[in-house]
Amino acid sequence: MAFSTPIALLPLSLSVADSAPEFLLRPWLFDQVGLPLNRWTDVGFSVLLIATVFIGVVSLTALLGIWGERKVAGRIQSRHGPNRVGPVGLLQSIADGVKLLTKEDLAPGVADKPLFRLAPYLAFVPVFVAFLALPFGPEMAFEPRLGAGVFWILAILSVEVIGVILAGWASNNKWAVYGAMREACQMVSYEIPLGLSIVTAVLAAGTLNLVDLGHLQAGGLHTWIVFKNPFVLGAFFVYFVASLASNKRAPFDLPESESELVAGYHTEYSGLRFSFFFFAEYAGMFIVSAIQVALFLGGWNDPFGLIGYYHHRFLHDPAGINAWGLIAVNLAGVAVFLLKCTILIYVQMWIRWTLPRPRIDQVLYACIKVLLPLSCVLLLGAAVWTLLLPGIDGVAWRDYQPFAWSTWQTARGALITQGVLAVLGVMGCAAIVIWVLRAFASGRGIRKRLTDPAPIDLPSEPPPTPPAGGKAAIA
Amino acid sequence: MTMPGLAYLPATLAASPLSEVLLFYLLAILTGGSAIGIVVSRNIVRMAVALLFTLIGVAGLFFLLNAEFLAAVQLVVYVGGTLILIIFGVMLTSNSPFARQPASRGEVVLAVALAVVLLATVILAIPYSPRPVHATGEAASLPSPNATSRLGVALLGEYLLPFELVSVLLLAVMIGAAYLARARR
Repeated sequence: MAFSTPIALLPLSLSVADSAPEFLLRPWLFDQVGLPLNRWTDVGFSVLLIATVFIGVVSLTALLGIWGERKVAGRIQSRHGPNRVGPVGLLQSIADGVKLLTKEDLAPGVADKPLFRLAPYLAFVPVFVAFLALPFGPEMAFEPRLGAGVFWILAILSVEVIGVILAGWASNNKWAVYGAMREACQMVSYEIPLGLSIVTAVLAAGTLNLVDLGHLQAGGLHTWIVFKNPFVLGAFFVYFVASLASNKRAPFDLPESESELVAGYHTEYSGLRFSFFFFAEYAGMFIVSAIQVALFLGGWNDPFGLIGYYHHRFLHDPAGINAWGLIAVNLAGVAVFLLKCTILIYVQMWIRWTLPRPRIDQVLYACIKVLLPLSCVLLLGAAVWTLLLPGIDGVAWRDYQPFAWSTWQTARGALITQGVLAVLGVMGCAAIVIWVLRAFASGRGIRKRLTDPAPIDLPSEPPPTPPAGGKAAIA
Repeated sequence: MTMPGLAYLPATLAASPLSEVLLFYLLAILTGGSAIGIVVSRNIVRMAVALLFTLIGVAGLFFLLNAEFLAAVQLVVYVGGTLILIIFGVMLTSNSPFARQPASRGEVVLAVALAVVLLATVILAIPYSPRPVHATGEAASLPSPNATSRLGVALLGEYLLPFELVSVLLLAVMIGAAYLARARR
């Protein structure tokens, strides 16, 4: 019956019940300020945190996401994107927000009014609540003891679909209903590969707790779960595709495909209620990227394992816990986490503006006949792999000596695989980066030629005149 | 016994049940109220929405009991699966946009009888259930720290046979559904 955060209904179950030193940000903060920490101040602080930091973060994510999407779209379509309001158009989203706020709140006369009004909240609230479980840093999680973390986020996000379906249904508009039905089919089918790819990663990691997952990957690039074994690497891509589909991102944006269904499930929405759907989409992009980062890409850890190392060192300082050092480490972790999420979100946008949209039957074919068998094979493979080639529990430096002979002997296969996969992954990333840079360079060259065309250089010597006797010769 | 999650709170406050009770009643009102909504409503989609809040309320009660995995399962299975399928089925099958489902007299009688029997069973079972008792000051039987992993071990260890039987049942249901839905030649 223990809980400290009734607002979010988060349970508490202590994951590590040993004598290891533990640094809890909240009591430390209370201590610094000089406030007594009891249940009521605790709850009050939670409310304050949610009301200020989380709402701010979610709104900022959505605003920056919308701005970024338009900039990326502009870049890909050889135009500027928003560039009038604020520096490089950064305030465009705020201007749009003000416009949406001042618009009339319309509801169709034939709509089911209470459900029509309720639907945007049902779509937005789950995405917002899911933020509470994200591990931004070693101690920067709202509820670090959430034992079923990954699964819990999935569960919360599954409520969002109901909002979308209700929006389509309550609008009483055929385009909206088509959009809602597509959303229902798409979500119900893509949830399975999504869940199975997550299970594949969890199988390799051995925990569902998002903070524990972060600590597991603290030993540098090769300890990231995506490089644990080849099957998890495959699951990484399956997860990415399935997360695009479950978040209604192009090329899977059939529930709102503008060229077919006007605007799909939110055709009838205007003003603030429309913006809730918009916010839900961009916050949802962040959430699925954050799960991917936490589960596959090392969470808050940098590729060299520095954050994990310093976190361990500051926590186990013989002179006592180095609180300021830990806070610096946490802030660095938050920066790394956000950077990784931004990269994944950029890839999502890139895909949206470069791929055409498939038909709904093709979408379902891709799920049921391609992704679903693939993810089943990956899960089975990962299970067999874990059985045959066990790794070492824990993290290099913290729990064992990575270069010791005994380590090599016990976990030879696992270490070699991780190393090879990590090298392959780095090479792949490097190849993509080089490719992108080259594309930028060539794009810049093309743009330069277009904006500043070189004068057409006329040939200096006149074209050779045909020989005088040509015609006669032909004749 | 200390409260695991509240290790950093003073013991007296951590044991205070007041906010728990408040939260329990909040969730109970949500669950019960929306359950009444399901029964009272005549519009099938509104019933589904009321069912959504009932399910969320039950998930909240599971959270309150520290059974977070069960709560997540509740949301995934019932909200993410069953409820969506219900709404989907309504969309595909109903003739009018907002279908109404008036209950006949016989259905009402049957439903009331069933509800009375169920309620009586629950009320009679309460004194015999090994429930956590607050009045004695004893802490409720909290799940151990790694409740989720223990659940997994139990499902694939001690209760392997029932688990597998249920899986086979689900497989049979799936094959049956595919058989019924197959294209007729």
